[in-house]
Amino acid sequence: MEKYLIMNPLDFPILSTIIFLPLLGIALILFMRGEGAIKVTALITSIATLFLSLALYAHFDPQTPLFQFGESLSWIPRYRISYTLGIDGITILLIVLTALITPACVLCSWTAITDRVKEFMICVLLMETAMIGVFCSLDFILFYVFWEAMLIPMYLLIAVWGGPKRDYASIKFFIYTLFGSVFLLVAIIALYLVNGTFSIPEAMFRNYTFNFQVWVFLAFAIAFAIKVPMFPFHTWLPAAHTEAPTAGSVLLASILLKMGTYGFLRFALPITPAASFTFAPYVVALSVIAIVYGGFVCLSQTDMKKLIAYSSVAHMGFVTLGIFTFTQLGFEGAMLQMINHGITTGALFLSVGIVYERTHSREIYDNSGLGRIMPVYVGFFGLFAISSFGFPGTNNFVGELYVLVSAFAWSRTAGFLAVVGAVLAAAYMLRLLKAIAWGREDKRALRDMNLREIIYLLPLGVFVLWVGIFPRPLVRMMENTLGHLLRQLQGFSH
Amino acid sequence: MMLLLPESAMLLFSVVFLFLSLAGRKETHFFWARAMALAGFVLSLLGVSGEGNLFFGAYHVDLFSQIFKALLSAGFAFVVFMFGSDEEVDSAYLPDFFMFLSFSTLGLMMMASAVELISIVISLEISSFSLYAIVPLRKSQTKLQLEASVKYLFFGAVSTGVMLFGMGYLYGMAGSTFLADIIRALPEFIFQPVGVLALTLTMIGFFFKLSLFPMHFWAPDIYEGASNTTTTFIATVPKIAAVALLIRIAMLTPSLPPQLTGILIILAALSMTAGNLAGLVQKDVKRLLAYSGIAHAGYLMLGIISLNSGGGAAAIFYITIYLFMNLGGFYVITLLSKNGDNVLVEDLAGLSKRSPLLAVTLAVSAFSLAGIPPTGGFTGKFFLFVSAFKEGYLAIVIIGAVNTVISIFYYLNLVRMSYSKEPGAFPPIQMLFHEKALCYALIFMILYMGLVPFGLLERFNGAF
Repeated sequence: MEKYLIMNPLDFPILSTIIFLPLLGIALILFMRGEGAIKVTALITSIATLFLSLALYAHFDPQTPLFQFGESLSWIPRYRISYTLGIDGITILLIVLTALITPACVLCSWTAITDRVKEFMICVLLMETAMIGVFCSLDFILFYVFWEAMLIPMYLLIAVWGGPKRDYASIKFFIYTLFGSVFLLVAIIALYLVNGTFSIPEAMFRNYTFNFQVWVFLAFAIAFAIKVPMFPFHTWLPAAHTEAPTAGSVLLASILLKMGTYGFLRFALPITPAASFTFAPYVVALSVIAIVYGGFVCLSQTDMKKLIAYSSVAHMGFVTLGIFTFTQLGFEGAMLQMINHGITTGALFLSVGIVYERTHSREIYDNSGLGRIMPVYVGFFGLFAISSFGFPGTNNFVGELYVLVSAFAWSRTAGFLAVVGAVLAAAYMLRLLKAIAWGREDKRALRDMNLREIIYLLPLGVFVLWVGIFPRPLVRMMENTLGHLLRQLQGFSH
Repeated sequence: MMLLLPESAMLLFSVVFLFLSLAGRKETHFFWARAMALAGFVLSLLGVSGEGNLFFGAYHVDLFSQIFKALLSAGFAFVVFMFGSDEEVDSAYLPDFFMFLSFSTLGLMMMASAVELISIVISLEISSFSLYAIVPLRKSQTKLQLEASVKYLFFGAVSTGVMLFGMGYLYGMAGSTFLADIIRALPEFIFQPVGVLALTLTMIGFFFKLSLFPMHFWAPDIYEGASNTTTTFIATVPKIAAVALLIRIAMLTPSLPPQLTGILIILAALSMTAGNLAGLVQKDVKRLLAYSGIAHAGYLMLGIISLNSGGGAAAIFYITIYLFMNLGGFYVITLLSKNGDNVLVEDLAGLSKRSPLLAVTLAVSAFSLAGIPPTGGFTGKFFLFVSAFKEGYLAIVIIGAVNTVISIFYYLNLVRMSYSKEPGAFPPIQMLFHEKALCYALIFMILYMGLVPFGLLERFNGAF
C-alpha cells in the first residue's frame, strides 16, 4: 500500500468530504419546498465544494509522483474490492475544474430552468459527486460505479430539460456510452483475474503478455474513445450537446469529455504500455482526422451549439494527439488542453445559454449583430472565442503549442495536419465571432448581461488570460506525475 | 417443530384462509393476510439458523435451504402487501386466492429443503397446482386468462414429465432416490451420455419454472393473461426455488461435465439474446417484463455453471436482487393500472408528473434490471461475470455484456416514457401510506444491495 499511496495528512478525510458534500446538499434539498431555497442550497453546496477543492490544491505536494491524500477502506473483501481514494498531478487539476464548473452550472440555470427545479438541482449535484468520484477512485469497481453513475443524471438532464429532439439525443448518448462501458467492465474483470485485486495502481506496469495487453487495450480504447469522443465514435456528441440544457452542455463539454482522455492517461498507458505503443500510430491518425474533420464540419454550421460541439471534437483530437506522442511536452500539452478546453468550451456554452435565454434561438443569424446591443456580452464572448482557436496570450495557445511541438517531433505529417486544423479553428471561430459582433444592423431590445451572469463568467475569463500568460503554476502541478509516467513507459518500450 | 418454523407459518396461513373461504365474506381479509405474511417472514428469519435432517433424511434443513425460505417468505410477504385492490380478483374468491398463493409458497419452501427425488417432485407439484388454480382468477372475464391457464397447465405438465424421465435415469444409475446416494454413484457415469442426459433432463423441470430458453414460451402469455398480482408472484417467487434446485442438482457432481456446461452456456446465451431481442418490441409492460425475465434466467445460469468459483453465492445474490427489482417494476404497474387492467408502455407517459415516487421506483428498478451502477442489478451481474470468467467462460461473459446494451433500449424506454413524455388527461395518482412505504422499501433494498453487498454475500457464501 505504501508503495504508491501517501495517506491523507489532514485530520479529516478531505477527498471523501469533497465527493460526498454534494450528496449532503441533495439530502437537504429533498426536504425543501421553495424554489429559491433549493437554488441557494445547491449554490452554497457547490461553492463549498469549490473551496474545499481549492484547499486541496493548496495542500497538494507537486514534488511527488505518488498518489496523495489517500484513504482506504475494505468494501467487498471477498473480491478484494476496496474504497481507495487518492489523487496525483493529473487528477488534482481535473477535480478543481469540476468544482469550478459546477457552481457556474447552478448559476446559469437560475432563471433558465423553471420546470422541476428541485430535480434539476439534484441531478447537477449528483453529477458533481460522480465526476469527482471518478477522478479520485483508485479501485476499479469504485471507479466503474462512479463512471456509470454519471450516466443516469446526465441522461435525465438531457431527457427532461433538453431541447426539441431531446428524446433521440438522450437515448443515443446513453446507449453509446453504455456500449463502451461494458467492454471496460470485461477488461476490469480480466485484470482482476490476473492480479487478484481490483486496485488500480497495483495493475499498472506489470509484465502482462502482449496478447493480453492488446485485448485489454482494445476494450479500454472502445470505452474511452466513445467518451472522448474520437472520430468515428463522435456522432452522439453533437446531438447531446445541442439538445441538452445549458448546464448539461457545460458539464458534458467541460468534464465528461475529459473522462475519456483521463482514462487513456490513467489506464491505457500504464496498464497496457506495449499495446499503447503498438496502437499509437492509429490513435494519432484518428486524432488528426478528428482535428481536420471537426474543423471542416464547423465551417458549415449555422447552429451555435452545434458549432461548439464539433469544435470540441477537434479540440479533443489535440488532447489524444498529445497523449499518444509519448513525450513530456506532449503529455503536458494534453493535460493543459484538457483543462483549457474545459474552461473555454464550458464558457462558450455558458455564453450561448445567456443569449439563448434572451432570443430563444441558437441560430447564428438570430443572435448576430450584438456588438452594440450587448457590449459586455460580446466582450466576454470574443475573449472565449479567440481563446478557443488558440490566440497567443490565451490559454489554448500554450496547450496547442506544446502538443504541436511534440507532434512534429513524432511525425511531420501529423504535425502539419494538426496545424491545418488549428488554422481551420481560427477560420470558423472568427466567422462566428464576426457574425455575433457585427452580423446585423437592426436594433433589438436585448438586455446586456446582468451581475449573476458576469459573476460566473468572470473567473473563467481570468483563468483564460492567466494560463495564457503565465502557465507555469499549472504545469508545476502536473509535471512530476507526467514525467514519472513517461519514465516508466520508456522502461517498457523495448 | 423449530426446524419447520417457516413452513409451519406458511401452512397456518393457508389453513386459516381455507377456513375463511368457507365462511362468509369479510372485509378484514387484507388485514389478516398482511399481518400473517409479515409474521411468517419474521419467523422465517428466526428459523435461518436451524439445521437438521427430518423424515428419514429426505428433508434437509441447513443454511442453504433456510436462506431460500427466508427469501421466498419475503417475496410472498411483498406480494401480499402489494395486492390491495378489489378490482383484480373477484372478492368472492379472495380467501381462495390467498390460500393458493400461500400453498404455492409452501411447496416452494419444501423444494428448497427436499433432498430426495420424490419429495422434490411432490413439493414442485404442490406449488405448481396452486398456481394453475389462480392463473384464471381474474375479475375481468376474458378468454385471455383462460388461455393462459391452459397453456401454463400443459407446459407445466410436459416439463414435469421430462423432468421425471431424467430422474428415472438418476434412479437407474444410483439405485436410490436420495441425492446423497446419487452423489456417490454419479461420478462413474458422469462422463457417459447417460449421466449428461439424466442431469439435463432433470434440470429442464426447473428451467420451466425459471423460464429459461427453450422452456420460456409460456411466460409472456401467462404474464399477460394473469392478473397483475398473480403475475408478480409467478414472475418472482417460484424462480427463487428454481435456482435453489438447480444449484442442488449441479452440486450432485464435484464439477459439471463439459458437455453439460456446453449445453447450459448455449441455453444461457440463447435465453439472454432471445429474451432481450423480443423485449425490444413489446408494448405491454407485463410482456416486456416477461421477456426481461427470460433474459435474466440466462444471466443466472452463469452462476450455475461456475459453482466452484463462488457462482452459487453469486446466483443467490442475483435472484435476491432480481426479486426486489421485479417487485419494484410490477408494483408500479399494479398501482398504475385502472381496474386491474394490463398497462401498456405508452400508459406510462408522464408518470413523473402524475406520481414522482412511482416514477423514481420504476426508474430505479429499470436501471437495476439493466445493470447500471450503483444499483444491486449491477452488483449481482458483476459477481456472476466474475465467477464465470474465473472458470474461463469468456465468451458467455462477453455475450452477457453485449446483451446488457441491447436490453438498455427497452428498460430506458420505460424511464423515457415516464420522464420525457407529457401525460394526457390523467390525474395525479394518490398513494396510501403503506404503498409509499413499500416503494421506499424496494428502492432502499435495490440501492442497499448495490452499495453494501458484502454482508449478504458473505451470508450466501456461508451456505456452501
